[in-house]
Amino acid sequence: MPGGLFAVYVHWPFCLSKCPYCDFNSHVSAAVDHDAWRRAFENGIARTAALTPGRTVTSVFFGGGTPSLMEPRTVETVLEAIARHWTLDRRAEVTLEANPTSVEAGRFADFAAAGVNRVSLGIQALNDTDLAFLGRTHSAEEALDAIAIAKRSFPRSSFDLIYARPGQTVRSWQDELQQALDLAAGHLSLYQLTIEQGTRFATLHARGAFEMPDDDTAGALFETTREHLAAAGMPAYEISNHARPGQESLHNLTYWRYGDYAGIGPGAHGRLTIDGRKLATRGHRAPAIWLPRALSEDGHGDHVPEEVSPQEQATEILMMGLRLAEGVPLSRFESETGKPLHEWIDARKIDALRGEDLLSPEKETLRATDSGMQRLDGILKYLLG
Amino acid sequence: MTKPLAHIRNFAIIAHIDHGKSTLADRLIQTCGGLEEREMKEQVLDSMDIERERGITIKAQTVRLAYKAKDGIEYQLNLMDTPGHVDFSYEVSRSLASCEGSLLVVDSTQGVEAQTLANVYQALENDHEIIPVINKVDLPAAMPEEVAKEVEDVIGLPAADAVFCSGKSGIGIGELLEAIVRKLPPPLEGDETKPLKALLVDSWYDSYLGVVILVRVIDGTLKKGMRIQFLNTRAVRDIDRVGMFTPKPVLIDELGPGEMGFITASIKDISETQVGDTITEEKRQCTERLPGFKPSVPMVFCSLFPVDAKQFEDLRDALGRLKLNDASLHYEPENSQALGLGFRCGFLGLLHMEIIQERLEREYDLDLIPTAPSVVYHIYKTNGEKMELYNPVDMPDVVRIDHIEEPWIKATILTPDEYLGGLLQLCEERRGEQITLTYAGHRAMMEYYLPLNEIVFDFYDRLKSISKGYASFDYEIYGYRESDLVKMEIKVNGEPVDALAMIVWRKNAEKRGRQLCERLKELIPRQMFKIAVQAAIGGKIIAAEHISALRKDVTAKCYGGDVTRKRKLLEKQKKGKAKMRQYGNVDIPQSAFINALKMGDDK
Ligand SMILES: Nc1nc2c(ncn2[C@@H]2O[C@H](COP(=O)(O)OP(=O)(O)OP(=O)(O)O)[C@@H](O)[C@H]2O)c(=O)[nH]1
Ligand SMILES: C[S@@+](CC[C@H](N)C(=O)[O-])C[C@H]1O[C@@H](n2cnc3c(N)ncnc32)[C@H](O)[C@@H]1O
Ligand code: SF4
Ligand SMILES: [Mg+2]
Repeated sequence: MPGGLFAVYVHWPFCLSKCPYCDFNSHVSAAVDHDAWRRAFENGIARTAALTPGRTVTSVFFGGGTPSLMEPRTVETVLEAIARHWTLDRRAEVTLEANPTSVEAGRFADFAAAGVNRVSLGIQALNDTDLAFLGRTHSAEEALDAIAIAKRSFPRSSFDLIYARPGQTVRSWQDELQQALDLAAGHLSLYQLTIEQGTRFATLHARGAFEMPDDDTAGALFETTREHLAAAGMPAYEISNHARPGQESLHNLTYWRYGDYAGIGPGAHGRLTIDGRKLATRGHRAPAIWLPRALSEDGHGDHVPEEVSPQEQATEILMMGLRLAEGVPLSRFESETGKPLHEWIDARKIDALRGEDLLSPEKETLRATDSGMQRLDGILKYLLG
Repeated sequence: MTKPLAHIRNFAIIAHIDHGKSTLADRLIQTCGGLEEREMKEQVLDSMDIERERGITIKAQTVRLAYKAKDGIEYQLNLMDTPGHVDFSYEVSRSLASCEGSLLVVDSTQGVEAQTLANVYQALENDHEIIPVINKVDLPAAMPEEVAKEVEDVIGLPAADAVFCSGKSGIGIGELLEAIVRKLPPPLEGDETKPLKALLVDSWYDSYLGVVILVRVIDGTLKKGMRIQFLNTRAVRDIDRVGMFTPKPVLIDELGPGEMGFITASIKDISETQVGDTITEEKRQCTERLPGFKPSVPMVFCSLFPVDAKQFEDLRDALGRLKLNDASLHYEPENSQALGLGFRCGFLGLLHMEIIQERLEREYDLDLIPTAPSVVYHIYKTNGEKMELYNPVDMPDVVRIDHIEEPWIKATILTPDEYLGGLLQLCEERRGEQITLTYAGHRAMMEYYLPLNEIVFDFYDRLKSISKGYASFDYEIYGYRESDLVKMEIKVNGEPVDALAMIVWRKNAEKRGRQLCERLKELIPRQMFKIAVQAAIGGKIIAAEHISALRKDVTAKCYGGDVTRKRKLLEKQKKGKAKMRQYGNVDIPQSAFINALKMGDDK
C-alpha cells in the first residue's frame, strides 16, 4: 500500500562456517568479490524500485547469512541506493544481523556510521557447552562482549537465543533467561530449536546422535518463556519475539502485518502491491546464479514474479498475522482480501476455536489466545488446510 | 476336429485350504507339457497379485492338458483348480457343477479337515466320481496310511483307491494321471449334431481380450463367427475368438461336446454375462435350459462409500467388473445421510470382504470408507412390520422395536484334541451352544450353534491362533433366533461415527465398547483439541476414553521469506485431507477406523 509500511530486505548469503541447525540460504565461500556484490545490490534495488516508484521505505534489514561480514561500505552503498531510488524515511529502522565474534564486533562502529541503527546478534546460548553443541564459533565470553559493544554502538539492539535444546530443563532455561533479561536492551528473539530438513542436525538426529525434548517438555519451556518475560516487562509480541513496549522490530512487524516488502539478493522474497495486485518476487537462491544475472545489463537475479490470488492472500494474512499478539484486525483483512472473513472461512470453525479458548472471543479481531499460540500450526491447518 | 467324448476327462481339484491343490496342478501341467520349463513357477495358476502375495487361491482356474496314457490314447484333460478357503466356496460349487469328477486332495500331515468334508459332500451332490489323493508324502511328518484310513473311516471312500503323491517332488504323479483316465468318467452325454448347448461357467475382464467367458459345451459345437444367444439375459453376440488355456490362452477353431474353453464376443455390457446361463446358437436354439448354478448367499455385509463423492460412478464400474469375475459378490446402491452415496455389499465371509476391498483399492485405485461388517438382522416392529437391517445406522428407534432376530450358524470344527479346551472356551464366550462332540483318533469334531454376528469379526483368527493353525472350521446358516441386541454407537467429540456403529449382544456391549474406545485412543493422533471417544447405547455412554490435546504445535521462525513455502505446505495438506474424516472439530485419518475394526479380543 503506498503510504503504509514498506520494508526492504537485503540478503547477504555468506558465513564463516555453516551451523548444523541452519537451513538459511547461507554459504561458506573462500573469496567474495565485495565490489561485485555492491553493484549487484544496487542493480537489484534500481529494478525493484522501478516497479514500485514513489514509496517511502520505513525499514531496512540486512539478513543472512552473516551480514556482519559485509564491508561497511556495502551497507552504506545499499542505503544510498535505497534513498536514491525510493525515499528513505528519516526515522527508518535499519537492522543488521551480526555474529558475536570479536572481529565482527570490532566493526560495529563502522556499521553505525554507515547508517545501521539497530543490530540483532546471533548469541544462541549463554554457555560454552551448548554453544559447542550448536556448532557456533564464538564463546560465551565473546558473546557478552559483543552485546556490550552493540549496546554502546547502536541506539537499539537485540539478540537471539535458541532453546529447547537436547537435555535442557525448565530450571536451567529459567536461569539462562534471567541472565538474558539482565543483558537485554529491550528486544529478545527466543527460538525453539527446530530440526530442519537438509541440515547436519537432521542427519545426526535421524541417526539417534541426540534426542530432542518431547512435546510436553518443549511446551513447558515455551510457557515458561512467555510467563517469565511477560513478568519482566518484555511480553511476546510474536511467537518467538519479545520486546519492551515500543521496542518491537518494525521491519518484522511489516511481514507479520502483511505489509509490502522488497527482497534484494539471492533467495530473498518480496511481496509487492502493484496496481492493486499482489506480486510475490523471489531471487535465485544460489549466489553463483544470482550475482552474474543481477550484474548483467538487461537481466536480473529474480525468478518471474507470481501473482498471489486473493484466496492465497487470505491464507498468508492469517498465517502471518495470527503469530502476533495483536492478532488480525478484521477490517484490514476484509479490505485487503475484498471479502469478509466468513466468506473465506467457515464461521463454525472460528466458533469452535473460540469455544475451545484457542481464539479470543473479540469480534473485531482474530487473535490467538495463549493456548492458541502454542498450537498455531494446528489452528492454521484446521482453518486453512 | 474335436475329441470323442470317451477321450475327455473333466475334473476339479478340491481340498481344504493349503492342502496343495495348486501345487499339484503345477505338476500335472508340467508333466503333460502345458508349459515349458522356463515358464513354470510355483502355483502357476494363482495369477492374481493378491493370490501370490497371500499364497492362497481365490479364483478357480481351468486348464486343458493333453495326456498320452499307457493305453496309447491321447486324452484331453480339463483340470479345474479351486480355492480351499470357505469364503470362496462359490468358486468350488460352480466348478463342481461343470465337470464329472474330483481329485480330493488330503494333506498327509494334516488329515481330513472341515473343508475336506464340506467339499466331498458337494462333489457327491454333483454325482462326481472321486479319487482320494493323499498329498505331500515327501514330508517327514507324512502319515499317508493313517490319513488314507481316516478318509475311509470319516468320509467312506475306499482307501484302496487312494493315490499317494507329492505335488512338490512329483512322486506318484504318473500314477495319478493314469487313475484320472481310468477311474473318472468321460462326459456323460453330448451330441455334436444337436443344437448348441453350453454352460457359462465363469467370466472375467481381461485387459487384452476384454470380457472372457469360460464355457463347457454340452451339445453342438462353438465356432468363431457363430452368432450366439444367452438364454437368460437374451443377449445376442457374435463370437470373435474361441480358445483354451494351457494355461496360456491359445486360440483354436472350435469347442465340441464335453470340451471346456473360452470365447470372447465383444461384450461391453457386463450384465449380459451371468454365470450359469445357457449359451446356444441364435438361429438354431436348443430346447431346454441348463439348470445353472444355485445363487450364492452372502453372509456378511458392509457398505462401501467413496472418500471422494466424485468416485461413486468409478466405484460402480469397479464393482461391476469384480462381480463379473466373482459371482458371489453382491451389491446394491445405498444412500447414507452421513456418508453419501455408496453400495451395500454382501460377501461370503470376512476374508472375501477384505479381498474385495483390497482389490477395489489396488486394481481400481479407489479410496473407500467401509462400514463395520454386519450380518442381516430381522427387526419386528411394534406396528407389526418386519424389516431387514443391513446397516446398523438404519436401526429404528428402540421404542418402535418389538424384538430382533439374528442369524445363527451351525459350525463344524475339527481339531487335534490338545486344543479342544481352548476352542470349547472360545465357542462358549461367543454364545455357542454345543450340538455334538465326537472323537476320531486324536482329532475331535465339535459341532456348535453360534450367532453369525460372533463369527463375523475375528472368530476365524482366534480359532487359528488358539489351535496354532491346526483347527479347521466350516459353517452353514442354521436360521434366525430372537436375541437381546442393541445398537452401539461410537462418538467422537459427541458426534456419532456411522462407520463404527454396530449391533452387539447387550451383555457384551460394554466390553466391546471399551475395547473399541481403547483401540481408537491408540489410533487417533493427538490434535489441538482434546478428543473424547465414547461408546454409547441409546444415548447412554457405556465407555469413554480421552485423547489429550497436543501440548505444543507451532513453528518457531516465520519471516517474510518463508510465507510462500509455508502456504504451499498448507495447501498440500489440504489435499491430503481427503483421507481424513471430520467429526465435530477433529480430523481423523480413515485408517484409524479400519484398524479399529480389525481388533481381536486379546485384551
Ligand atoms: N512338502 C510339500 N509341500 C507342499 C506340497 N504341496 C503343496 N505344498 C506346500 O503347501 C503350501 C500350500 O500349497 P498350495 O498348492 O498353494 O495349496 P492349495 O491347496 O492350492 O491352497 P488354497 O488354494 O489356498 O486352498 C505351499 O507352501 C506349498 O509349497 C507337497 O506335496 N509337499
Ligand atoms: C538468519 S538466522 C542467523 C543470523 C546470523 N547469521 C547468526 O547465526 O547469528 C536468524 C536466527 O534464526 C535462528 N535459527 C536459525 N536456525 C534455527 C533452527 N534450526 N532452530 C531454531 N532457531 C534457528 C537463530 O537464532 C538465528 O540467530
Ligand atoms: S546460523 Fe547464522 S552463522 Fe550459522 S550458518 Fe546460519 S546464517 Fe550462518
Ligand atoms: Mg490353491
